[in-house]
Amino acid sequence: MASETATEQAGSDRVGTGGVGVGVGSDSAATDHVAAKADRAVARPLSLSAHELTLAYGSRTVSAGLDLEIPAGKVTALVGPNACGKSTALRALARLLKPQAGAVHLDGADVSTLSAREFALKLGLLPQTPTAPDGITVRDLAARGRTPHQRWWRQWSRDDDAVVDAALEATGTAALADRRIEELSGGQRQRVWIAMALAQNAPVLLLDEPTTYLDLAYQVDVLELVADLGRTDARTVVMVLHELNHACRYADHLIAMRDGAVVAAGPPAEVVTAELVEEVFRLKSKVIECPVAGVPLVVPLGGRRPATA
Amino acid sequence: MKLSVGPFGIMLRPRVLAANGGLVLVGFAMMVLSLCLGTYSNLSVDQVLGALFGYGSGDSNLVVRELRLPRALTAVLVGVAFGLAGAVFQAVTRNPLASPDLIGISAGAGTGAITAILFGGVTAAGAGSYGGVPFGALCGALAAATAIYLFAYRGGAITGYRFVLVGLAMQGALIALNRWMLAKADIDQASRVMVWLTGSLNGRDYTHVKWVGLGLLVLVPPVLALGRAYQLLQFDDDTARGLGIGIGRARIVLLVLATCLAAMACASAGLIGFVALGAPQVARRLTGRAEIPLVASALTGAVLIVAADLLGRTLFSPTELPVGIVTGVVGAPYLMWLLARTNRVGKGG
Repeated sequence: MASETATEQAGSDRVGTGGVGVGVGSDSAATDHVAAKADRAVARPLSLSAHELTLAYGSRTVSAGLDLEIPAGKVTALVGPNACGKSTALRALARLLKPQAGAVHLDGADVSTLSAREFALKLGLLPQTPTAPDGITVRDLAARGRTPHQRWWRQWSRDDDAVVDAALEATGTAALADRRIEELSGGQRQRVWIAMALAQNAPVLLLDEPTTYLDLAYQVDVLELVADLGRTDARTVVMVLHELNHACRYADHLIAMRDGAVVAAGPPAEVVTAELVEEVFRLKSKVIECPVAGVPLVVPLGGRRPATA
Repeated sequence: MKLSVGPFGIMLRPRVLAANGGLVLVGFAMMVLSLCLGTYSNLSVDQVLGALFGYGSGDSNLVVRELRLPRALTAVLVGVAFGLAGAVFQAVTRNPLASPDLIGISAGAGTGAITAILFGGVTAAGAGSYGGVPFGALCGALAAATAIYLFAYRGGAITGYRFVLVGLAMQGALIALNRWMLAKADIDQASRVMVWLTGSLNGRDYTHVKWVGLGLLVLVPPVLALGRAYQLLQFDDDTARGLGIGIGRARIVLLVLATCLAAMACASAGLIGFVALGAPQVARRLTGRAEIPLVASALTGAVLIVAADLLGRTLFSPTELPVGIVTGVVGAPYLMWLLARTNRVGKGG
């Protein structure tokens, strides 16, 4: 599994030594990996923040005065109940939704001042339900991630090949390269989309509910892959997650939202308590230590929900 | 196959190259054949090539250069315009039904042309004259397209689904209007209108070649320059934006260019159906690509119209079938056959 090898290499390829490209843990692409590492490494982790955002769809305001601080080079999970504004916040960070007020800063610069291409070189995105033309192959889809690196006079380069190979290796989809995506299972397909986002090789990666529609084994598979991106590649990763226990397990930083506002933010071990779960989800629970990872584990107490305030 | 020299790099796909090369060869062969055959007399391939490349003589030169060549060239250029317009409409709206001949743009050209024939004092409907009819068609198509954009535009964007629905409504309204105007016309005018509505290349001369050629020179480069946005517009909006494509502007610019291409093609050859709808789908299957290919769609459009005109002129000679009838009769079954075949071998639609 790509994720296991990536973890093994974590010690040698840490942040600060220049980080690594997407070629983590691929033996067959070892030479490409060196090239990719030299040219494509995440040079340094980038910070992402939002200040005093007012977010609205038409006249319906979702958030007002929203501040978000995304730590550089870590995996951050946005959690909260349905319609709490977490996906909307992610869309604002990804510049898909223009805030009515406030600004998003990427690496210190107001993102509204960047060109579409400059922004795409720094920040990659996996939408919640991406679609591709029928019949596209795995390799062609992953290769689309190179778009911001290409120009009309340079529609393809050797680097592109190396980075796409490495992205397919890292997501365990190299063996599927010539298959059409509609022939794949949901989990395989999701990993191909992640490969496309990796091929973009941006220091910041946003994922909107990357585990939706996947069964439990694939969910864990995808989450381990994403967690490795933060831990070994020095990427700044932000993902919207539904499952609080997954967030505790795979995120370094957790932002809990309700009604368009941040309720708590910090490392899961510090912020996840029974009180927080009740405040955010209106759910009574017991928080115990996860016997496997030592992180908080939320166990619902069940019974009827108390009436919402 | 990948070529890269310094900062330059290009990916060449053998199958796409083969498909495009094959289309060029087939198109050229059909064109030569259509220059050979005709009511005046059938010429040999040698006579035709002689006339084309300057070593021929006498009557055959005149027949080829002055009578048959302008018609064949118009067929090629109009085919390129329809093929490209269809590809852009279908790709940008992500809907294979969003073809200018189905969503009201051709019908708008029809309204403009009928208006010119009925009220403009035009004598020979389109045939031989480059007066009111093409101008009316051009204005009608652009007006219909503008109306579709305005109705489909909402929240700062044009979405494919809404665009197609508005277009279908526009088509319905304009066809009703066209029929009403036809019913008001006298029989002589009505028969001219019918020939134009079907689409015909009869009597096209170098004036047509010049205007359509100039139009393509202006319109094709910007379409090709937006090729990368064109490719990614076939994905969902968020993915395309995430990859750094300014999709809002690219989509509008491409739609405007495609509207001009379709309007120009209708203005020169009438409402030739099926080509804009079928050529991109045929091209996509010939090249084996998931995305609709631009160049192959243009070449397929040209081959379709040259072949259809050749058949129309020779099949029931000396009676001539308008090219618009043949494109539908021959092209549609071919597309159905392609669809059925690709489905059987499990390659999907």
